[in-house]
Amino acid sequence: MTETNTTLQARIPEGPIKDHWDTHKFKTRLVNPANKRKYKIIIIGTGLAGASAAATLGELGYEVDVFTFHDSARRAHSISAQGGINAAKNYPNDGDSIFRLFYDTVKGGDFRSRESNVYRLAQVSNEIIDQATAQGVPFAREYGGLLDNRSFGGAQVSRTFYSRGQTGQQLLLGAYQALARQIEAGTVKFHSRAEMLDVVMKDGRAVGVVIRDLITGEITPHSAHAVVLATGGYSNVYFLSTNAMACNATAAWRAHRRGAYFANPCFTQIHPTCIPASDDFQSKLTLMSESLRNDGRIWVPLRADDDRAPNDIPEDERDYYLERQYPAFGNLVPRDVASRSAMRMLDENKGVGPLKNGVYLDFSSAIDRLGKARIEERYGNLFEMYERITDEDPYTVPMRIYPAPHYTMGGLWVDYNLMTTVPGLYALGEANFSDHGANRLGASALMQGLADGYFVIPYTIGEYLSDWLNTDPVSTDDPVFSEVVDEVNTRTERFLAIDGQRSVDDFHRELGKIMIEHVGLARDREGLQRAVQEIKAVREEFWRDLKILGTSDSLNQSLERAGRVADFLEIAELMAVDALNREESCGGHFRLEHQTEDGEARRDDENYAYVAAWEWKGENWPQTLHKEPLKFEYVPLSQRSYK
Amino acid sequence: MNLSLKIWRQASPDAPGGFKTYEARNVSPEASFLEMLDELNERLNSEGEEPIAFDHDCREGICGMCGVMINGNPHGPQDGTATCQLHMRKFSDGDSITIEPWRATALPVIRDLVVDRTAFDRIIEAGGYISVNTGAAPDANIIAIPKEAAEASMDAASCIGCAACVAACPNSAANLFAAAKISHLSLLPQGQPERWSRVVAMVETMEEYFGSCTNHGECETACPKNISIDFIAMMNRDFIKAQFKNFVRIGQ
Repeated sequence: MTETNTTLQARIPEGPIKDHWDTHKFKTRLVNPANKRKYKIIIIGTGLAGASAAATLGELGYEVDVFTFHDSARRAHSISAQGGINAAKNYPNDGDSIFRLFYDTVKGGDFRSRESNVYRLAQVSNEIIDQATAQGVPFAREYGGLLDNRSFGGAQVSRTFYSRGQTGQQLLLGAYQALARQIEAGTVKFHSRAEMLDVVMKDGRAVGVVIRDLITGEITPHSAHAVVLATGGYSNVYFLSTNAMACNATAAWRAHRRGAYFANPCFTQIHPTCIPASDDFQSKLTLMSESLRNDGRIWVPLRADDDRAPNDIPEDERDYYLERQYPAFGNLVPRDVASRSAMRMLDENKGVGPLKNGVYLDFSSAIDRLGKARIEERYGNLFEMYERITDEDPYTVPMRIYPAPHYTMGGLWVDYNLMTTVPGLYALGEANFSDHGANRLGASALMQGLADGYFVIPYTIGEYLSDWLNTDPVSTDDPVFSEVVDEVNTRTERFLAIDGQRSVDDFHRELGKIMIEHVGLARDREGLQRAVQEIKAVREEFWRDLKILGTSDSLNQSLERAGRVADFLEIAELMAVDALNREESCGGHFRLEHQTEDGEARRDDENYAYVAAWEWKGENWPQTLHKEPLKFEYVPLSQRSYK
Repeated sequence: MNLSLKIWRQASPDAPGGFKTYEARNVSPEASFLEMLDELNERLNSEGEEPIAFDHDCREGICGMCGVMINGNPHGPQDGTATCQLHMRKFSDGDSITIEPWRATALPVIRDLVVDRTAFDRIIEAGGYISVNTGAAPDANIIAIPKEAAEASMDAASCIGCAACVAACPNSAANLFAAAKISHLSLLPQGQPERWSRVVAMVETMEEYFGSCTNHGECETACPKNISIDFIAMMNRDFIKAQFKNFVRIGQ
């Protein structure tokens, strides 16, 4: 590993933080309405960030092309978000404010996010609720007809808006519908079952992308003045995660290989409330919304190896360990803290369930207090989902939960304008790194995806575009495009030509096991070093022994997955390298060597209060580390305490 | 358990398709239906036969990507359950299971069990939205909405767009899908300004692609989200009313 002192230009505005965004908007160059149609923008991905950006840029008059590998813009994994979306409305009159949301998010992220970006996120959070409501998103309401709120982890106020346990679905449908309106209006051209496989560069800037049509296999170049990636995170590197099966890192990783720095890849979130795995054939893990921790109480049997059924264990033989250890926040501690506590319970042989791989999440006292009907109204669909999967009734038997990989705080490095280190290439939503530091608080992903898409990129993209007024996008006849098309074709054919013995899923599972063991909830130097070696070995084996049948000129789902897993095999190594470099524990990154006496994360602000941004140097070359120092002027650095 | 699977194979939209039978051995009752297909695909791949293509993604019953006919039932035997949430414990050792793609002219087969559902997007594009630009919204609490109305709207908005309703319908009608979106918006105050133009535009687009509803009610039974056909009645009422309302252009 080599380091440089090149300063990353974060473009954080001057002055008091509360004025940053207003000042920046005023100083940013505008594109006049008549000129907007002269600019072509490509957007990759139609989750919350991509769909909201495409709809809004279309409304403004830009010529937008949007691509998704799904069949419709309503499928992206944003749709699975259950619990809710935060905003600083302070409707419950419980002391919330923009500053408090900002403060909680920076603290919850364990002081590894950029203050200025987070403040802006808190500022626009209220507009998101207004916008979504105007679109017809059916948020939950009080009997008086006004909006209802609930609590989420890492906060002591109720600021989470929700639509039953389907908030992500309703917000995504809102953005999808806004996008559909622009498609009908002709401002946005929509391309379904179309996967981005590379970024095209000319003179150091992004000028387009290469797309594979998943039905015909055709590989085509597309050019634009700017390219926006809204392609989500990389939790599927663990194979078993709460992500949808097709979530992948290919777009971000291909951009990284073309020069976009990748920031904080080791910051991954292992979500505490998922249904434990039940067997080896398991294809994914299912999240049970964090909102359940509002009313559910987490416990394990007081003594180890207790085989009694949960309802046979009397109250005084149960350990409500979160309430005991963190009386101030109780069951609503942030996700990283809850996950590590669960891990420790299993280490003490207090795990429950047939495979001893869970802890209980118990609703009996809430049902006694509020009645079954109220609980059903709040969490009905989640309880039903749990019952479908486990064949157990959570109204009568406590749920079993365990941590699972869920969200990745790391992502492409972006400046205040959400532009990557490649001019003309932007990253929004989970695909970028900027807002959640080392740990994301619940109900903040929806907020960030929509903030980036509806309210940030429409303002900030003008700054770059203004330079290209009255120029056409680079022609797709330019050799820069044919070169990349050829590379993508070659790579695609190479998967088919290996003709080995093992399936792509087989490799993916093997990688996932390495990652969860060594780059999961707890990490140490020796394990991480071993992981780097093992990942390299799997990668070599992959390119030697992969077996993909069929052809490249038709729908070939194994071939699609091969490309994604090939990229996971590269990003996995960078995750381990980044985790090795970061000799501290913070948020979701827990190094066993760096913990306090009572097992809490020990940060090292003197040496590691920076964003680690990695630069690709070519295959078989170590990546170069660039550091963006983080300053905390408004939320003083402190050891997080949820006690 | 051991199962005999009769699965539709079709190489491309224009190629002739046909059933092929596969024996699945030692299937765990804890596996989901799609995990059972994953296992079969792993075996086919190792034996040199191309895996069966099927759509799926979130595997939590919310994205709407998955869905196949299982013994003639869209999404299989369990009520209110998408294919991905169906588990093999609902079947018995020795069962023979027929697995087909959705069957409807408006949902052509792309390959094996994968169909093209983009006609649904055309219906939404025709008017399945509230025309409000980003940034123009008033404070979210400026309009109080009765809890009952918000809940009813949410019932309709739960549609996942999987197209099981079309597959279940003897006429291949998409009325439940269209009605769910129309009702989601027409039940809310925000949806009123475009209520009458929306229902006409969406119904007319729906009829370009799909068959007509004759009130069989199969769609409601098949719907993995248990969306009620009452919404179809509401859509029909609005559609008739709209003929008069739009004619005289009196707005509300």
